[in-house]
Amino acid sequence: MKSRHHNNRPVELPNFCHLGVSLRIALTVEATIIAGVIARVADADAFWVDFIGLSALVQPALLLCLLTLCAASRWLRSLPYIKGVMATLAIAVGVPLAVAWWIAPLTGGMPVYPPVIVGLFALGLGGGLLAYFNLRARALSPAITEARLQALQARIRPHFLFNSLNAVLSLVRSDPRRAEHALENMADLFRALMSQANQLAPLEEEVALTRAYLELEQLRLGDRLQVSWHIQKMPADALIPPLVIQPLVENAVYHGIEPQPQGGEISLNVYRSGDKVHIVVRNPVAEAAGHHKGNRIALANIRERLLLHFDLDAQLKSEPMGAVYQVHIVMPYTRERTQPAPAHPDRR
Amino acid sequence: MNAPNPPLRILIVDDEAPARRRLRDVLTDCAAELPVEIVGEAENGLDAITQAQRQPVDAVLLDIRMPGMDGLECAAHLNRLHAPPAIIFSTAYDAYACQAFELNAVDYLLKPVRVDRLVRALGRAHRLNAGALDQLREAYPKARTHLSVSEKGRIVLIPVDDILYLKAELKYVTVRTAAREFLLEESLTRLESEFEQTFLRIHRNCLVARHRIREIGKLPGDDEGHFLRLDGLDERLSVSRRQYSALRETLRMG
Repeated sequence: MKSRHHNNRPVELPNFCHLGVSLRIALTVEATIIAGVIARVADADAFWVDFIGLSALVQPALLLCLLTLCAASRWLRSLPYIKGVMATLAIAVGVPLAVAWWIAPLTGGMPVYPPVIVGLFALGLGGGLLAYFNLRARALSPAITEARLQALQARIRPHFLFNSLNAVLSLVRSDPRRAEHALENMADLFRALMSQANQLAPLEEEVALTRAYLELEQLRLGDRLQVSWHIQKMPADALIPPLVIQPLVENAVYHGIEPQPQGGEISLNVYRSGDKVHIVVRNPVAEAAGHHKGNRIALANIRERLLLHFDLDAQLKSEPMGAVYQVHIVMPYTRERTQPAPAHPDRR
Repeated sequence: MNAPNPPLRILIVDDEAPARRRLRDVLTDCAAELPVEIVGEAENGLDAITQAQRQPVDAVLLDIRMPGMDGLECAAHLNRLHAPPAIIFSTAYDAYACQAFELNAVDYLLKPVRVDRLVRALGRAHRLNAGALDQLREAYPKARTHLSVSEKGRIVLIPVDDILYLKAELKYVTVRTAAREFLLEESLTRLESEFEQTFLRIHRNCLVARHRIREIGKLPGDDEGHFLRLDGLDERLSVSRRQYSALRETLRMG
């Protein structure tokens, strides 16, 4: 397996198109400006004048820089690390200089800051940020990330295992074919649960797994469990972290269906909107809900796995909406296996 | 016929149909060692109690985790029957409950159930004693869905949702629903802590259903006294001075 060799994988440049990366860059630049201005001025009024004036100069350069880096991200990441760093710094210095030169006529012919200052400022910040991303990449090295993902591996409820075994046993004599099918579903489910794979997996596999799980639950719960699937517009080839949907649905059954004598309906909505994949799971809220803790642990677990895979580009929102409880996950639509990233990704 | 022992009359209670079918299969298998007769199947606690009142039952195989009335509550009500049946709990997985069962020598089965284990449990099945049941309830702190009272050798179940107020009177607690009154042998303090989500104390001796409060008024002539009226009941209940401010506080928040 590739993952065995990740310990001595060379450090990579960050993917500049990721929201988390851009946000960290922008915030650092802004914080540096604030610190610089505070060091120079005496009172609050002067601070605002200076800060706004400086921001007006820096923002266009910053935005253009981020766009250029994002556009060049693939190329930069395909270079050897040192060359990549050089090229990144060249962009980080070149773009602000170009912007300074371009807006010079607007400020009366004379640049507000001499090009040397602009260049050094950009070089210092760029170098500092790259050093930070380098450290961060080491701290979140695939080995550590993988260990954390392993610890977060979804666990099925023992309650479900034994009840399902019991249901299968009840079928062995009367309906051996259904018993066989149920055991096949259990095998698929447990293979996925016990696999060490923390790589992204195709969405359609996760959906098939969720279907296998729901068939087993239907065996026990009969008509009490109704499922409505809305997956016609699902991007089947999207890659998502494994075991994201199944645990959500398991929660929905455990908290929303089982406690209700008349049962209820779980609705599953998977679709793509722009470059995002949306997963929405809804279940009825049981009146006497006394076990929220388990639910929160499961959600926190999924949330952390999304964070490890997608940083700030993925979100998980959960909220009761009247008689319905909804969990909504948004994650980037990707068909590249970026996590844990191989050194020289073979892209398409 | 020369059957030495009459067969053991058994009631199966589980909310999942496959689980009931499985118990039926296993009970058939143990017929050679232990003559049994399955007198009924119930899919929830309420149904189980109805069936156990209609016909004599020797033993109940009772699932714990069921929607609505769970197994432990059902057992507590069954125990008030004129001739309470032996109770054997069944559960798929619940380390916590099993520990409580072991401690209190309560019979239980783990699903999936094995024949020999079932024969052994049925062979020694006995009635639950009230003390053990209380301790199980402490291990499982969940408010009951029904209160039960014995009337003429039968038990009557009162859905907690139907109760308007609970009033302590000498040895008993009067339970008032829109339709009628019942006498209950329980302590008001314990009822208050069990049902703190549902009932509010308005007086030293009275708890009222939170969601049934219709109006709170001042008693004419008396400048300190207040009364309270509930939906569907003309009766004016007096609110003690001590509870009045607390009552206003909770009503404003909720």
